Amino acid sequence: MSLTNDYIKQRLVEKFGEALTSFEESFGILSFTAPAALNLKVMQFLYDEEELQFRFLTDLTAVHYPHQVDAELAVVYHLYNFREKVRLRFKVFVPVAAPKVFTATKLFESANWMERETYDFFGVEFIGHPNLKRILNVDEMTYFPLRKEFPLEDQTRIDKDDEMFGR
Amino acid sequence: MARPVSHNTKVKMVEIPKGYSGEGFFATSFDKVIGLARKNSIWPLPFATSCCGIEFMATAAAHYDLARFGSERMAFTPRQCDLLMVMGTIAKKMGPVLRQVYLQMAEPRWVIAVGACACSGGVFDTYSVLQGIDQVIPVDVYVPGCPPRPEAILDGFMRIQDLVGQESMRRRHSQRYQELMNEYGIQ
Repeated sequence: MSLTNDYIKQRLVEKFGEALTSFEESFGILSFTAPAALNLKVMQFLYDEEELQFRFLTDLTAVHYPHQVDAELAVVYHLYNFREKVRLRFKVFVPVAAPKVFTATKLFESANWMERETYDFFGVEFIGHPNLKRILNVDEMTYFPLRKEFPLEDQTRIDKDDEMFGR
Repeated sequence: MARPVSHNTKVKMVEIPKGYSGEGFFATSFDKVIGLARKNSIWPLPFATSCCGIEFMATAAAHYDLARFGSERMAFTPRQCDLLMVMGTIAKKMGPVLRQVYLQMAEPRWVIAVGACACSGGVFDTYSVLQGIDQVIPVDVYVPGCPPRPEAILDGFMRIQDLVGQESMRRRHSQRYQELMNEYGIQ
């Protein structure tokens, strides 16, 4: 039996009911939104169930939507079922003022690196992460460069003419 | 039969500095002699991080031949080198490394920033890239270009030679030099 998106959705709704929202399918990949408090439960369920078996964390990152009040930061999980070759994606939204999400490192070792990266660039605090500190940027950096309130250009330069560089 | 070898008859020698000569002696100032010796045997340390480094490889190879200037002896240890050639993008994380390399060089030392990235950050006007190496170490000569052609690197190198040849023996002990170093937090 091959695993279909409809079946995954049906199982998720049976288990979590109304908690999961915004089910959609793009490029053949099922995606939905979960409450931030349920992220581990959803992942554990997808991992443990004999028919679902999403046991590989392909990617973990964040997106900043500055205009969504109290849900500015979205943490995105990409999961993969190796046996059935099925992908799945879900997001949890947290306010930028208190971006706290439970860590997935207990479930997937690979989340360690990706959560550090997500913290480095977006400032998402992964509760329970064993070593949550900057990984790619310099340790002295005082901001989270991929949040939209920070201009991409380096702000230490004074010799560039703003008009010519489109600022 | 003519030999199948053509000899280079256009070998240029370094000019003798101004001075007094006579039967069995030649007198001139230390500045000139030491400057002459230094400028014709600069040992470069190539600090190459990206495409400018590839241009430098061409510069050092047979066609452009940096050896003509007495600099065929690249060393990859800063302690033996006179000239730090920074070629390529320096990320902010690389900044302290570059500074450490500079600090390990013995005086007198010179620095050449090759290419737009080393000079000013270049197109990488972004949070992760150092906007010019002169934010962490003093630079003597800037070579523009993205990347500069070997001719441009050689031109920058010859300007370094001019600086080296004309430098006063006392420059590195001067108040002004000390102030320059202090600006960078170097004692």
